[in-house]
Amino acid sequence: MNIHRPHRLRRLFALLFATALVAAACGSDGDSGATATSECGTDTSVAMGDSVTDLTFALVAPSAKDDLAFTQSMVDSLTRLGIEPQITDGTFIVEEAAAAIRGYAEEGVDVVIAHGTQYGGSLAEIAPDFPDTSFIWGTATDTQGLDNVFAYYPEADQGGYVNGWIAAEMTDGAAMGVVGPVEAGDAVAYVNGFIAGATANGAPAPSVVYTGSFSDVALATETAQAHVDNGAQVLTGTSQSTVGAVNVAAANDIPWFGTQSNQEAWSTDLVVASQVYHWDVVLDDMIESIEGGTLGGEAMAITLQNGGLVIEINGCYGLDDSVVDGAEGIIAEIIDGTIDPT
Amino acid sequence: MSRLAGAFVPLGAALLAFVFGAVMILALGENPIDGLLAIIDGAFGSGERIAATAVRATPLLLVGAGITIAFRASVINIGGEGQIIAGALLSTAVALWLPDLPKIVLLPLVILAGLVGGGFWGAIPGALKAYASVNEILSTIMLNIVAVQLMNYLLRGPMIDPIEVEGTRIPQTERLTDNAALPTLIEGTRLHFGVILAIIAAVVVWVILWRTPTGFRLRAVGHNPDAARAAGMNVERNIVKALTMSGALSGLAGVVLVFGSESLRLVTDGGSAGFTGSAGFNGIVAALFGGLHPLWTIPSSFLFGSLLTGATELQRDLQIPNALAIALNGLIVLFVVSSDRARGWIKDRFGAAT
Amino acid sequence: MSDFFTLTVLVGTLASGIRTAMPYLLAALGETVGQRSGVLNLGVDGVMLLGAFGGYYTVLQTENHWLGVLVGLAIGLGMGLVYALVTIVFHAEQGISGIGIFLFGLGFSDLLFQELVGTPRPIKPLPKVEIPLLADIPHLGPAFFQHNLLTYVAFALVPLTTWMLMKTTFGMNVRAVGENPQAADSLGVSVAQTRMGAILFGNTMAGLAGAGLSLQLAIFQHNLTNGLGFIAVALVYFGAWRPRWVLAGALLYGMVTATRLRWQSLDIIPRGASDVAAMAPAIITILALVLLASRVRGPAALTKPFSRH
Repeated sequence: MNIHRPHRLRRLFALLFATALVAAACGSDGDSGATATSECGTDTSVAMGDSVTDLTFALVAPSAKDDLAFTQSMVDSLTRLGIEPQITDGTFIVEEAAAAIRGYAEEGVDVVIAHGTQYGGSLAEIAPDFPDTSFIWGTATDTQGLDNVFAYYPEADQGGYVNGWIAAEMTDGAAMGVVGPVEAGDAVAYVNGFIAGATANGAPAPSVVYTGSFSDVALATETAQAHVDNGAQVLTGTSQSTVGAVNVAAANDIPWFGTQSNQEAWSTDLVVASQVYHWDVVLDDMIESIEGGTLGGEAMAITLQNGGLVIEINGCYGLDDSVVDGAEGIIAEIIDGTIDPT
Repeated sequence: MSRLAGAFVPLGAALLAFVFGAVMILALGENPIDGLLAIIDGAFGSGERIAATAVRATPLLLVGAGITIAFRASVINIGGEGQIIAGALLSTAVALWLPDLPKIVLLPLVILAGLVGGGFWGAIPGALKAYASVNEILSTIMLNIVAVQLMNYLLRGPMIDPIEVEGTRIPQTERLTDNAALPTLIEGTRLHFGVILAIIAAVVVWVILWRTPTGFRLRAVGHNPDAARAAGMNVERNIVKALTMSGALSGLAGVVLVFGSESLRLVTDGGSAGFTGSAGFNGIVAALFGGLHPLWTIPSSFLFGSLLTGATELQRDLQIPNALAIALNGLIVLFVVSSDRARGWIKDRFGAAT
Repeated sequence: MSDFFTLTVLVGTLASGIRTAMPYLLAALGETVGQRSGVLNLGVDGVMLLGAFGGYYTVLQTENHWLGVLVGLAIGLGMGLVYALVTIVFHAEQGISGIGIFLFGLGFSDLLFQELVGTPRPIKPLPKVEIPLLADIPHLGPAFFQHNLLTYVAFALVPLTTWMLMKTTFGMNVRAVGENPQAADSLGVSVAQTRMGAILFGNTMAGLAGAGLSLQLAIFQHNLTNGLGFIAVALVYFGAWRPRWVLAGALLYGMVTATRLRWQSLDIIPRGASDVAAMAPAIITILALVLLASRVRGPAALTKPFSRH
């Protein structure tokens, strides 16, 4: 049943090859794999990879599958693994999501991915009813003691730290603005990491506004404008509402740092770097376990160390090589534990 | 003939809405028959699914029963969302505070807390309307916003699950004590005591409205406040009463949503619909669909509950976005509320043989 | 706090409040006229969402803002015809049929967005129009005279709506029909036609407000309005059915929103209190109304269908 080893090797080889190409194109050396600089003008959409498994998958997610944020990060990750799941998206109502999760399990889908923290409570009830189905749930740091549930989460403060560090390099002591949603979940981790990274690199503490909504674009827009009026030279933010903030950044020629998915599509010229969630790194391990007969019981983090968090630097922005090298250094120090980003 | 028309016109209207739905499904490149079958299968396909439909209908029925009180008293309560949240917050707080009480004490206490929480959230716009001339549409809309932020604050602060403080900071409470869980009625399904609670509530509302002096006064005030005042009734107090009772029932819906849920905890995604499933609005629809009669609201809630559960299956089977189901719900509402007049016309045409 | 009372921040806050108020104002003015004729429309939010998507999608395809605005208006007009049919011809209960319109708009705009667009793709925002001379006044210029055209239109519509309601035959009919449709009818005023006109006006404004929102934010996504249309209906009550006071309500709501965001950005409101800050506009609006405590009675025939017998 150990059919995916060769696939993994092939993918690793492909990844190395791609990295080498990118490195050659950008003329920079020393890419650690935790950063990737895109060549300007390349399409950032993810291509379907070679299929790594014969298992069937279903995905239940709270926002749209192409939201350029949380849900898309999972869809893209599956795409990289050559997996085309059945998808029920936009199910922000927990009870609806629970019905969908249960329905897929009843249908006999091998692996059901519950891509929403808030689905965990329902999953605790559903999973024991389907002992032969594997459930993958996140973002969550534990599996609630269920042996057919895998959990996944990002160490989002790591990428926040790197983004904050780069931002401080660029601003030279000027103000920075953060557009936050509700003060909870991964958003806080990312924002706190960003603050830690910026201040560690000598910048004044960035101004943070939590709007109180994950989805209110108007509030995110006006918040970004407030930061700009206060003299912010760099903006960042998290949640699907930040698309409004990116527009403000674009209108004022202010660089933007993204997270969750590669947000270059929103503004080609002004997105400096995005912390991208590559769930495929942990999904691959989970698939291997499932095929080996272990259906769950473990929580896995994506980190800079394991390549699940990738800082994707926008080639079009033209960040100085010295800054890129510096960021590589910071990433290396986070990886070896010298820097604690929290 | 007219009696037949009375039954068939709303059904015809619903059918017409489904025709529109079928056209939309066709436009999305799917077979409408498959779509209809998916909805039916999702809502009634197995005992478990029928149970899920009943559970989905429960908050609609509770909110709807409350709405009949408010609307009969001529008070427009669109604060159901906020009142659900207020009831859920207070009852959850009680369960967190007194987890060791025996079930026989704790469960009634939790239910009471839900009634009080929702009732309080309804009493505010009631008092504002009665004594400060603040229109209840304005205040209930605004209080919905306040309730959501209050929930976000409490769930990421004082009421958060202790392990989440160090964990991923998910804004949710810990799993509440099983002593407060609504008992399951049929093992192996999700059918729980909340369904019974809601049916009892609807009957009680009917008794109050049509068999007690309180109900008479509420309806009198709703029918003609000036005449009611002339007859010596305290109009202001009845307005507060109507919104309080309406809010209390929505608060009870909040209890059912938390203590009847599989997760047995309160969790927020930052907005109201993620928790309430928009029951505060859908309950109004169910109540008016039931002719503002608490007993007719029972089947009408079940009907809308089945549409909601059926839509999930529609999305899963045919990959049709559930946005279509929301749009379809809107169309059904429009067609059915429009059918009242049509029913009148048919009556006129076929004589006065009532 | 002293950070707030610098001119740039104050100017920025004023401008932000005005931008925020624009869609509320447009939608609330339309609803004011509708309610003056005796018709409540709780579906404003749904019409706004449809107008917002229509405007956004048109600009995405054609890059022509005015075509986008036109499409928003047309969608509003179309929904107005539907609502007129439902309320005037079929005498449907207005509270519930409005919720039907809301649900339809919420679902259908999202469906169209998912099928036709998918990923939220930004468009070019509505361009700013600097009013000659006035825009150059220090501080006042940037605060008041450097907005997009729809913002000026919204403000200009306040006196125009008052004029229409108070001075034109149509406006007098609207008020008569909203107060006492039987009397108006006996004087030869067509209740149905008058209400039809008011409904079309109200919904067209809602469509415009939606397009204004999406073109100002330069984006569309699921439930873009976030309940904005409901707040607009609430503001009609705040303004006691008078355009001037509706303007005051929209500005109050917009300014409190802008101010709380600024105060958060300047750490005047500490980070931990973000949810309390987010409640502020709603609470202050209620409190303001309690203090103003105008006992203005609404149109007597509001929500009551009319038939001759």
